[in-house]
Amino acid sequence: MSFRRRWRKSVNAVMLSVTGISALVAVSVLFFILGYLVWHGARALNWDFFTKLPKPVGETGGGMANAIVGSAKLLLLASLVGVPVGLLGGVYLAEFSGRTVSFAVRYATDLLNGVPSIVIGIFAYTMIVLRTKHFSTIAGGLALGVMMIPIAVRSTEEFLRGVPRELREGAMALGASKWKTIATVVAPAAYRGILTAVLLALARVAGETAPLLFTAFSNRFWSPGWNQPTASLPVMIFTYAIAPYEDWHQQAWAAGLVLLGLVLATNLIARAVLSRGVSMQRF
Amino acid sequence: MRKLLSVLLAGVLLFPLGVAGADALLVNGAGASFPYPIYSKWFDEYHKKFPDIQINYQSIGSGGGIRQVLAGTVDFGATDGPMTDGQLGQAKTKILHFPTVLGADVPTYNIPGVTGELNFTPEALAGIFLGKVTKWNDPAIAGANRGVNLPAADIVVIHRSDGSGTTYIWADYLSKVSEEWKTRVGKGMSVNWPVGLGGKGNEGVSGLVKQTPNSIGYVELIYAVQNNLPYGRVRNSSGSFVKADLASVTAAAAGAAKSMPDDFRVSITDPPGKNAYAIASFTWLLIPSEIQDAKKREVLVGFLRWMLTEGQKHAAPLAYAPLPKEVVDKEMKALAQIR
Amino acid sequence: MAMERAGSGWGPRARALVRRLRSGDEIAHLVTFLFAGSILLIVGLLLNQLWVNSALARHKFGWSFFFTRVWDPVFEQFGALPFIFGTLVTSALALLIAIPLGLGAAIFLAELAPPRISDTLAFLLDLLAAVPSVIYGLIGIFTVVPLLREYVEPFLKATLGFLPLFQGPVYGVGFLAAGVVLAVMIVPFIISVSREVLLAVPREQREAALALGATRWEATWKVVVPYARAGIFGSIFLALARALGETMTVTMVIGNVPQIAASLFAPGYSIAAVIANEFTEATGDLYLHALVELGLVLFLLTFILNGLARLLILLTARRGGAHA
Repeated sequence: MSFRRRWRKSVNAVMLSVTGISALVAVSVLFFILGYLVWHGARALNWDFFTKLPKPVGETGGGMANAIVGSAKLLLLASLVGVPVGLLGGVYLAEFSGRTVSFAVRYATDLLNGVPSIVIGIFAYTMIVLRTKHFSTIAGGLALGVMMIPIAVRSTEEFLRGVPRELREGAMALGASKWKTIATVVAPAAYRGILTAVLLALARVAGETAPLLFTAFSNRFWSPGWNQPTASLPVMIFTYAIAPYEDWHQQAWAAGLVLLGLVLATNLIARAVLSRGVSMQRF
Repeated sequence: MRKLLSVLLAGVLLFPLGVAGADALLVNGAGASFPYPIYSKWFDEYHKKFPDIQINYQSIGSGGGIRQVLAGTVDFGATDGPMTDGQLGQAKTKILHFPTVLGADVPTYNIPGVTGELNFTPEALAGIFLGKVTKWNDPAIAGANRGVNLPAADIVVIHRSDGSGTTYIWADYLSKVSEEWKTRVGKGMSVNWPVGLGGKGNEGVSGLVKQTPNSIGYVELIYAVQNNLPYGRVRNSSGSFVKADLASVTAAAAGAAKSMPDDFRVSITDPPGKNAYAIASFTWLLIPSEIQDAKKREVLVGFLRWMLTEGQKHAAPLAYAPLPKEVVDKEMKALAQIR
Repeated sequence: MAMERAGSGWGPRARALVRRLRSGDEIAHLVTFLFAGSILLIVGLLLNQLWVNSALARHKFGWSFFFTRVWDPVFEQFGALPFIFGTLVTSALALLIAIPLGLGAAIFLAELAPPRISDTLAFLLDLLAAVPSVIYGLIGIFTVVPLLREYVEPFLKATLGFLPLFQGPVYGVGFLAAGVVLAVMIVPFIISVSREVLLAVPREQREAALALGATRWEATWKVVVPYARAGIFGSIFLALARALGETMTVTMVIGNVPQIAASLFAPGYSIAAVIANEFTEATGDLYLHALVELGLVLFLLTFILNGLARLLILLTARRGGAHA
């Protein structure tokens, strides 16, 4: 074997192992993060965490019950905004729109998708908080909802387009009007993909902290109704993590574990729905 | 299946409303982290006493307190740096200052191997925070600490990254004792720091000091205590090295108590007095003088009254000094200004 | 349908409109159009709000905003340069670490790994992309920062300390910490998109190279990767856009000091981090407007990058023979 060939062979071996190592490193990081969080979080997790309110500064104990409920309320609100706009907007793009309008809408959606979450927070602050003169769950929920829209729109459009033409044509041949076709044939066929998209969008905004910092703000107590500031898991994690109290660090780990668990579980469910085809009854 | 889903959905939607305790009145405040430990204790105690009153206070820094109370997005603010005339001018309704407790900014540090209390001269503090004194064994520090083995390590300065009354107090003091500080940096809630790392809130600064070897920061006394961080003595205007505690902080306010201005805005850093602590301050609640919502007005006035009487008992265990009697009396009278 | 009856009291024009709506199709068209149009409305409002609420700062500072180093709330002098610097430096550092790592892993997954392992690992890495950023910050504070402070940075200082990049006091927090944690955050994006793009390269390309006597690596590096080049660049731009806008992680580990420093050990600040820290307390309208202007700058940066990214990924999808 000539020198050059030997050299090429060794480069081959080295570089291929390097890529293998890169993949290993990337995956190890994931396992490290999960492991670390589980280790610290599980130790700090107790029943109090889910049921009690935070204690005054410097006292140990207490929990994040209000933050968990707060996050749930925020996500509910976000879905109320993000899902209808996303779904119906996606339907429009896939089924109804002409060239220029759809270009504009798609462009705007992509733009919205790329906006950093903190800028969306500024937007919600100027639009809602300044005008209503207080921080509120509504402002936070709306900020998160706006973030959900692009994901929902694009996925809806994609999955609707993915429905085979034969299905549509079959329905139309039977005399169904366009909207009836969409409602009873196309949408149910794309249902799984759309549900996946909504779940993924939810999982994505569940972990967002920045937009909540000056919209939902935070709250030591339960937040009554929708018009008051509310605690939320991500903001609590942030506040507790940068503080010096060891007890708060423990709670931050626990909250991180809960948050990550919810986000990952949602992701897994979404993928399961999509791939294995969990059957859902037609609406 | 659909029925089950709709029932679940309904349950999820209604649950937050139910849990909320819809009758509870929620009053929102935000501001200084300096008094956060005692405020959170007070609001907790007050809530225990009146279960349907919830006063939600968020520690976002004095700058935040002033900003949000000016914008009207919170019902009250809190600050340890009194509002300037310019800021007061921006308010749509007049904002009143109500002192709550006395606290102290202490120089806290984390030097491996040094566990005792260091003595800091005003020159040393100014030099460190100006970035001119860079090593722990610099003569400016070592001179006041004979017998302590200070390492030849670089000093890591930690200050606030957010708009802070604690910073205001610190910068106010340094402006009084160092001409260079006064002209180069000045006093304010957010200054242009010559050196150092920024931490968010008193919590952030104590956190950073705790984690960073050879660091020094300034925090409110209770934060150093609660986190087992050593803090030093400061030489006061009479030349004695005094450590911050109830007695020395109360002594610092003694002069101001007698000549308190009507709007309660006063600085007590670098006070006269042999036993006075050099870097102490009042901290204030910012209350709008006109509150439209009658219920909220009642809550705030009621709380202030409680705070000035019963609440003061909680100050000492948390290392804050209670207000001097003259100030309390004056404030009680000032409560009438809230309409 | 039933609409016709309802419309009959409203005048001729209304009646005409309602007659057009008589079919369910038209209603559906209108309704979905309204919702889709609301997206345009939201984006327009967003731009408007950013523009209007930064007016004071724009008028006072003009273009010098981009070149001023000073950020002084006391004397009301605001300059964006330290933040732009910090944002760019941390993102560049993150890319420097993440691109080799991500591309290497993507190549491994697309070319070398058996399909089942490739799919499983890709799936796991997608999960990594779903981890909220505040959790990266949480872990960053308690693992990366002490690690850097105790071992990595002193080591770099000792070995490469002649470079200005590795001089100065070691805090743990700083540009390097932010760059490292950002790298971890964006690696999954690079891997995911690059892998798909590499998989889409037609087999004939690889086989042709191998038939000509290339080693596996040479076939991959010299034929397949260049073919997928556009898509890979697209993934890099996407990752960069994510890194630029990242707020929580950065503010937890960067040190929060608005300064421009040559050393990676130095603490710094980024646009998103300063907005997060100072927004709720910007006393004075000029201060607030300066912060909103920073938000506008960030928006523009990510906007341009996202545009480039989409363009590139689109280009490669068309060329690579993969379905859209």
